[in-house]
Amino acid sequence: MDSLTEYFQSYLTALETYNVVGALWVNIQLTFWSALCSLVLGTVLALMRISPVPSFRWAGTAYVNIFRNTPLTIIMVFCILVAIFQLQLNLSSDFNFNFFLWAIVGLSVYHAAFVCESIRSGVNTVPLGQAEAARAIGLSFLPAARLVILPQAFRGAVAPLGNTLIALTKNTTVATVASVPEAAGLMKTMIEFRPDVIMAIFATFALGFVIIVIPIGLVTTWLSNKLAVAR
Amino acid sequence: MKIQQSVLFDAPGPKAQRRILATNVLGVILFLGAAAFVLKGLNDQGQLEAELWTPFLTADVWQFTILPGLMNTFKAAAAAIVTSVIFGLLFGVGRLAANRAVRWICGIIVEFFRAVPVLLMMIFFWLLLGRLQIVEPADTPFFAVVLALTLYNGSVIAELVRSGVYGLPKGQREAGMAIGMTRGQSLRSIELPQALVAMLPSLISQFVVILKDSALGSIITYSELLRAMQIYGSAGPILQALTVAAVLFIIINFALSWVAQKLSGLLSSRTSGKTRPASAPTLVAKV
Repeated sequence: MDSLTEYFQSYLTALETYNVVGALWVNIQLTFWSALCSLVLGTVLALMRISPVPSFRWAGTAYVNIFRNTPLTIIMVFCILVAIFQLQLNLSSDFNFNFFLWAIVGLSVYHAAFVCESIRSGVNTVPLGQAEAARAIGLSFLPAARLVILPQAFRGAVAPLGNTLIALTKNTTVATVASVPEAAGLMKTMIEFRPDVIMAIFATFALGFVIIVIPIGLVTTWLSNKLAVAR
Repeated sequence: MKIQQSVLFDAPGPKAQRRILATNVLGVILFLGAAAFVLKGLNDQGQLEAELWTPFLTADVWQFTILPGLMNTFKAAAAAIVTSVIFGLLFGVGRLAANRAVRWICGIIVEFFRAVPVLLMMIFFWLLLGRLQIVEPADTPFFAVVLALTLYNGSVIAELVRSGVYGLPKGQREAGMAIGMTRGQSLRSIELPQALVAMLPSLISQFVVILKDSALGSIITYSELLRAMQIYGSAGPILQALTVAAVLFIIINFALSWVAQKLSGLLSSRTSGKTRPASAPTLVAKV
């Protein structure tokens, strides 16, 4: 019993020394901004891929195929080693904030490809009659997309978009490559300094992600049922 | 693609055709302009110099950097594919078990490992194995990579197995029951074989994820392709080294995805399940 309380005690001191919640908060911030950017970029890409203009379609397809098949780690390393260190492309004069912004760029360009595919699969759920009706009342491509197709497509895309968001949340740990002070990096530091409570430390971080991810899953499932277009 | 095109627009008339042509020309100019802008920027920085790129065409670089890196990537990915398929089958069947306790335990394990970032597990196993010293110190990163990839992707595959069985028409099981099979017998000899065939394309897409995620190993010092190229590039041609690494990954993953797509067409006659996953997965994210 004594060893158990002792273990718990040293686990508590480890928790006091390091700001676990703060690190997870960085992950949440990365998730929020990357989700926003990749949603915008992904929607534009989806529009390009379903447009009647060949060059737009081609560019959208090329983007998705390139970024979907490249490991996120390579993109992140590229952002840091090439964009920041070699090409000196700074998004902010603040040293640390610059890394944070580039991490968001890396996460966004990668996940935009998946957002695009999610929205495209949402477009697939829109029945043909809807587009035909839009054309029948004289709407051309962009108005038809904006007023008729996309609002329904987004509703159909909630579930796959939710999956992408969950993946994005977990993938924010890769920002540790960009030396952003987030959860995976802190866990490594904590285990290195407090190897005696390695199990408890891993359990804490794992649980942290479970607590963040499971509600996202529940909310998107609920939303996708609630928003589903009754047909 | 064909179906989608007809969803959003009719066969264009002469006026629309002219408009599409004009937009198309504009698009080509726009994209070529963007590409030219990037290339000019890189050229101004001296990144397009031939001597930075030609090393990747020499036998030396392939022999000592690229191929060993690729070998390690394939080694980790292959090991993780085998173990995660086994893990996925075990837990997928476990989630379909008649026993409620087994179902629950398998469910909790699968949901847990699907929610924890792979990188987190990788770092944890790397440091844990290093501390426990049950494997060769030099092999620690390899085992950490394989373990983490197995737990995550195995859980995803378990979900594939489960949704594959659920995706079968109800009549399959009813037919099994009708000829006097037990629930388990019909699962084993009627539903699972068809579910496995039906999930094969999704399974191969999951292999793409495994291959991509093996690059996370570079963070825990596993000398796979990305790490090998990073080390090679640290002497100067880092942009070039990373680009070559990315291109190699894209080619391999593209080939795998292509196989998955072909298979789903070939296999659809062999099962009553759906071989073509809804163009984006609804149950599992392949990111």
